[in-house]
Amino acid sequence: MMNAVVKPPRPKLRVATTSLAGCFGCHMSILDIDERLIDLLELVEFDRSPLTDIKHCGPCDIGIIEGGICNSENVHVLREFRANCKTLIAIGACAVNGGLPAQRNHLDLQEILLEIYQAGPVIDLDHARIPDDPELPLPLDKVHPIHEIVRIDYFIPGCPPSGDAIWTFLTELIAGRTPSLPYSQLHFD
Amino acid sequence: MPDSQTPNSQQSALREPTAEQRRHWRLVVEGVIAKHGARPEQLLQILIEIQEELSWLPLKVVTDVAERLSISRARVEGVVGFYSFLHTRPNGRFRVLFSNNIIDRMLGSQTMMDEMCRKLWLQPGKMSEDGLVSIGPTSCTGMGDQGPALLVNGMTITKLTHQRVNLISELIRKDTPLAQWPQDLFAVDDNIQRKDILLNSALKPGDALRAALANGPDALMEEMKKSKLRGRGGAGFTTAQKWDFCRQAPVDEALGRVVVCNADEGEPGTFKDRVLLTRYADLVFEGMTLAAYAIGAKKGFLYLRGEYRYLLAPLQEVLSARRAQGLLGASILSQTGFDFDIEIHMGAGAYVCGEETALLESLEGKRGTPRIRPPFPVTHGYLGRPTSVNNVETLASACLIATQGGDAFAKIGTAQSSGTKLLSISGDCAQPGIYEFPFGATIAEVLEACGATDVQAVQMGGASGVTLAPSEFSRKMAFEDVPTAGAFMIFDSGRDMFEVASNFVHFFAHESCGFCTPCRVGTSLLTGYLDKLSNGYGSKPDLAEIDTLNRVLKSTSHCGLGQAAANPILDGLKKFRPAYEKRMLHQDFEPAFNLDAALERARQITGRDDAGAHILEEQA
Repeated sequence: MMNAVVKPPRPKLRVATTSLAGCFGCHMSILDIDERLIDLLELVEFDRSPLTDIKHCGPCDIGIIEGGICNSENVHVLREFRANCKTLIAIGACAVNGGLPAQRNHLDLQEILLEIYQAGPVIDLDHARIPDDPELPLPLDKVHPIHEIVRIDYFIPGCPPSGDAIWTFLTELIAGRTPSLPYSQLHFD
Repeated sequence: MPDSQTPNSQQSALREPTAEQRRHWRLVVEGVIAKHGARPEQLLQILIEIQEELSWLPLKVVTDVAERLSISRARVEGVVGFYSFLHTRPNGRFRVLFSNNIIDRMLGSQTMMDEMCRKLWLQPGKMSEDGLVSIGPTSCTGMGDQGPALLVNGMTITKLTHQRVNLISELIRKDTPLAQWPQDLFAVDDNIQRKDILLNSALKPGDALRAALANGPDALMEEMKKSKLRGRGGAGFTTAQKWDFCRQAPVDEALGRVVVCNADEGEPGTFKDRVLLTRYADLVFEGMTLAAYAIGAKKGFLYLRGEYRYLLAPLQEVLSARRAQGLLGASILSQTGFDFDIEIHMGAGAYVCGEETALLESLEGKRGTPRIRPPFPVTHGYLGRPTSVNNVETLASACLIATQGGDAFAKIGTAQSSGTKLLSISGDCAQPGIYEFPFGATIAEVLEACGATDVQAVQMGGASGVTLAPSEFSRKMAFEDVPTAGAFMIFDSGRDMFEVASNFVHFFAHESCGFCTPCRVGTSLLTGYLDKLSNGYGSKPDLAEIDTLNRVLKSTSHCGLGQAAANPILDGLKKFRPAYEKRMLHQDFEPAFNLDAALERARQITGRDDAGAHILEEQA
């Protein structure tokens, strides 16, 4: 008799990713793990992510956030991720420190908006004004790293972190170990 | 402290000076530099003196100084930027700085500062439009026994009351020159409450030196060893050993060895050196001369903290008198070859310069960044010469040893801590002031002596020391139990120990020299977390972060400042945890600010007030 026990396949971990006030460079770096993406898909399935175009995040094991917090929409998305993801990871300089967008923090918000929408190379100067459509999220007075808004479990620094660093980090985490990057893969620029 | 300025003062800083102004500036620069012989190591002293003349350091003057000393302008600007009492923007004809230590705050310094600001119509940190006055906070001015205290143009005024604040505001408003202010405003009490061998000393100038000279330097060293005297600045290194290392160190005989008296008494809550330098200056200078005799030094420096500027003239007088009596200068007490003289160097508001290598950098006219050790100052100190840096109290104690012998000194105190210790007692007690106790006295004995009841905590050794809870009051003041540099701040049960720790951590963040990242960034992050707790946004995860920061600071900072910066919180969490717990208002993580309020600016700009223009509190 065929008595071999068929092991039920290990349920795949669900992963969600998003880019907030970032440049998608970290997501490009995620793609830089190249053909190992196939191996990764053996272990995980993607929930909300630019890769799936799912609009809202469901219950997940791992959430990966690129970019800092510059407006109200960022806050809502980040809260949604924190509420749904068991482990939340800040990836890249902007998520970790605020990064380039945070360079506006020493300027007044109105000055910046006027510079862009009125003093800049405006096509129709007569009708130029700061956008106030309710469709648009309002900018916060300062840009914040994400750990200043919600609790974050892990940080992967780098602008962006290399594909190898991301691969090391995720495979370690998925294997149930506390991830730590080797010195060669750890950089902040 | 961020350097905030009114547009008006910025304009006047940027406005081209008139030809006459430039002439005046150049004249002052020339005069001061000529007095110091154009030596770059005098840079800090030169800048301090120029600022006293001009009341600020215009950038053109900075350039002139760099040119005249043939050093880079960046170096001069680096020094100006380092010391908080030097500034390249005008701060008004009157610069008022309120001591910000917790003890002064407990005595109402904040209210007094607000009151004076209101009376003079200005905001803290900003200069009045007419260039008359600016008001701000400063680190502990060493007047904890008679606070709240302030500095006006560098001169100390203590025991502030509403009447005094009124009077001072009036004098400022009438633009009365400082010299014409009522002199009793500037009186500083000694407040000596308990005397022992040191403060009871009846030695006359020269007594200790004569005793030492009679037996020779080797005998003096022998007595010093027998005395087991340990440094009174806090670290407790054996003085005889330090002197021994210094006298053994190879030296260029033409330059000689150096004795430095560390009177940069910056540790919050400490003021014992102030009293020694006021009442017992001869003892201190004689101790320096003894050290010079023992190690063979030709040159001595007293590094006096900027906050004690009012002591400069009296100390110079004591030095002159000693020179006249043949106790300083060439052939001291007619002993051929025993040449030694003392120069007073001023600090300019930098706590870190109390660290001996930072102090040496400062003496050399540089930024007060602590050096990497080894080499230690005893072999490579001031300008690379073998240098012994000793605390004021240590040197004064050496006079007792020279006259009464090491054995007599070692009999007092405990096995590992000989002699007596001056305590600067301040805070919640009946009689704050200076208390001299033999080592080995318990905290409880000290508390009883100064009339402190209902005590919740004692901060020993200042902000960087330890916080003691009542269960520890039977412990002894001694290097082998509770070491101290002399500060003894008392907090009764009405005080909030979180506020105390927060005050100290803000102090460290302000005083961090910025050289190493763990301290520069770590102390700022720590203050951020404490402010977060204090503003009602605290949660459990914040405590974990504070814990991590404490460990990073302790294990990776370059010098003692960063390593000690976490102490107040570590002790606080261990011994006064309820003060922290009650600030953990939230179950889970909370931002340190109100998110909806962060949209207010954008709402104003766009005129929006729809639902999307707000961020609601998260539903738990």
